[in-house]
Amino acid sequence: MTQTPHAAAGAGDAEAAEGRVYTVSGEDWDEVVSAAIQSDDFEAGERIVINMGPQHPSTHGVLRLILTLEGETVVEVRPAIGYLHTGIEKNMEYRTWTQGVTFCTRADYLMPIFNESAYCFAVERLLGIEDKIPERAQIIRVLMMELNRITSHLGGIAPMGLELGATTIYTQGARLRERGLDLLELITGLRMNHAFIRPGGVAQDLPPGALEAIRAFLDTAPRLVRDLRTLIDANPIFIGRNKGIAYLDLAGCMALGVTGPMLRSTGLPWDLRKSQPYCGYETYDFDVPVVDTCDAYGRYLVRMDEITQSLRIVRQCVDRLAERGSPGPDQDPVMIRDAKIGWPARLSLGPDGLGPSPEHIKHIMGQSMEALIHHFKLVTEGFRVPAGQAYAAIESPRGELGAHVVSDGGTRPYRVHLRDPSFNHLQTVAAVCEGGQVADLIPAIASIDPVMGGVDR
Amino acid sequence: MSGPDETPKAGSEETHGSQAPQGPVPPAAPPDPDENLPARLGEERLAEPVVRTGLFGVQGTPDTSGYGLLRVHRAPVLASPRPYGSYFDDVADELGRALESAGIGFSDAIERVVADRGELTFYVRRERLPEVAAKFRDDPALRFELCTGVSGVHYPDDSGRELHAVYHLLSITHNRRVRLEVTTPDADRHIPSLVGVYPANNWHERETWDLFGIIFDGHPGLTRIQMPDDWKGHPQRKDYPLGGIPVEYRGAKIPAPDERRHYS
Repeated sequence: MTQTPHAAAGAGDAEAAEGRVYTVSGEDWDEVVSAAIQSDDFEAGERIVINMGPQHPSTHGVLRLILTLEGETVVEVRPAIGYLHTGIEKNMEYRTWTQGVTFCTRADYLMPIFNESAYCFAVERLLGIEDKIPERAQIIRVLMMELNRITSHLGGIAPMGLELGATTIYTQGARLRERGLDLLELITGLRMNHAFIRPGGVAQDLPPGALEAIRAFLDTAPRLVRDLRTLIDANPIFIGRNKGIAYLDLAGCMALGVTGPMLRSTGLPWDLRKSQPYCGYETYDFDVPVVDTCDAYGRYLVRMDEITQSLRIVRQCVDRLAERGSPGPDQDPVMIRDAKIGWPARLSLGPDGLGPSPEHIKHIMGQSMEALIHHFKLVTEGFRVPAGQAYAAIESPRGELGAHVVSDGGTRPYRVHLRDPSFNHLQTVAAVCEGGQVADLIPAIASIDPVMGGVDR
Repeated sequence: MSGPDETPKAGSEETHGSQAPQGPVPPAAPPDPDENLPARLGEERLAEPVVRTGLFGVQGTPDTSGYGLLRVHRAPVLASPRPYGSYFDDVADELGRALESAGIGFSDAIERVVADRGELTFYVRRERLPEVAAKFRDDPALRFELCTGVSGVHYPDDSGRELHAVYHLLSITHNRRVRLEVTTPDADRHIPSLVGVYPANNWHERETWDLFGIIFDGHPGLTRIQMPDDWKGHPQRKDYPLGGIPVEYRGAKIPAPDERRHYS
């Protein structure tokens, strides 16, 4: 701990704060408190302003919280964000519609597939091709979204245990999460930032052996989920730290625009997959888990149940894909059959990485000049999207993820806005934490499950 | 590739059978003498400002195709005629009734209504925004409980209405969505805040102020949220450059993204 009378802090920012400034460097809280008590300007019941973050390990990325404490009680908490603002929305205005996927996938890095999907659904609505997307592409989209939902929920639950000091919860959760990420890697080539869902379909078909790998995952995952639940569900310490913490009831959720597991923990079964189905979700058999405890523990239960439901949907996707068999060339496509929109190349994995398939190269380089021109135009210039605007909302692991996309009729988006649930839900931190203990702040924020990549974009 | 008159979809608000491809079929109306004429005359389109010239949007290269003289006009401002289709007429009627009961005429508050691609947009006059939003939230027949934030759009060529604020409302009770759009001139970029009606809009409005410079009157603390407090400018505006430096790779210089050739 270092102690600086503020006047000597230099840099001419004497009016930035009043009183003494203490720099806490860890494991020295007792020293800070005793120094504060012994200082001349100490009065009983004095409030201390603490800056938590933006580099605190348990704030889920670069979240900064400015806390006003009275003893151990949080009197006021103000989240400060923007430390991960990367201008994704601005950048998308300077790329083609297809390239936009590469940017928006990086917004909320725990649910990349959902970012891509929301954006692509909005673009497809602008193009008017929503009902022309091939069936196979829709099944693969649902499959990918549900796999991603599992990894995303585990990415929220596992660190939650770590932040409470339970390493085993983290390792058990990460064990299952890694299996899911392995599948995403097998199918898209990457563990995150997939850019797999594209306007008109998906980038490529499932690779050989993918269905078997997913089936193997489906065989082991329920056991791992059960192990995790045996470890956590009735754990007295976990319950003690989470039950009744971060209480936000239905009225509060409505006022603050809260959706997702946080809303479903108040007893309202609102899930866009059921109420406003997209991608054929109405044809899948699954339940919407609901609890009515309105607290951090309830949100954990909802997420855990959703993992089980997602596994159910994944199994149905695999069955449907297996029923369709492995298609020959140009059968059962995964990209829209509109040559003006659908990417012409069947991607394939060569010795130098992923690229257009050898057959396609042969076709455009040796057989058809028109095909070459078409390929060149579509790849460099891109397709045009009729002027207008669209808002597509999907049920992401964190709540309603919306993409507001505006086109001026050109080959690039005029404006893309991602309505990210994490951004919206961080507003509730003050409502759920003020008046509580400072130690409860950690499970409270973990139960909101904000991901700063999505918050700041 | 894009059907101009796509059937509006009502989400799961399906009232008709899933098989019949029903469009918004108007009830039997007396034959219209103008029904064989185009909806909008060519002069109307030609009166709109030019958005781009030429085919590729690049200047200074020899053009032998003749497309260099192409002039593309902006699409005229749209206002959809009744019926809007789907649940949209219902919402518009109920809104009119709710405004009427508060002593506000429909056209005093709503500039025009657009039903496009299965989405309904009300262009609200900005001074009426809080009252209209309160009606949307409170009226039992409307009951749009959630506002999923505000998104700004900057149209530098749309003189007198350069900045748009777009709100998306969601009704859980009726399972419906509408969009409210408010415009403001760049010279007087004020829009009343909706934080009093939808507290969730607090951060969203701060973000729109930060990135577009729209001032939301009545917001409890309109400060920057994404950019640093001492930042100058509003980055999402079209007159704010993207920035970036050219990258050299194996002797070839690739310009920054906003200086590359583009086609729109």
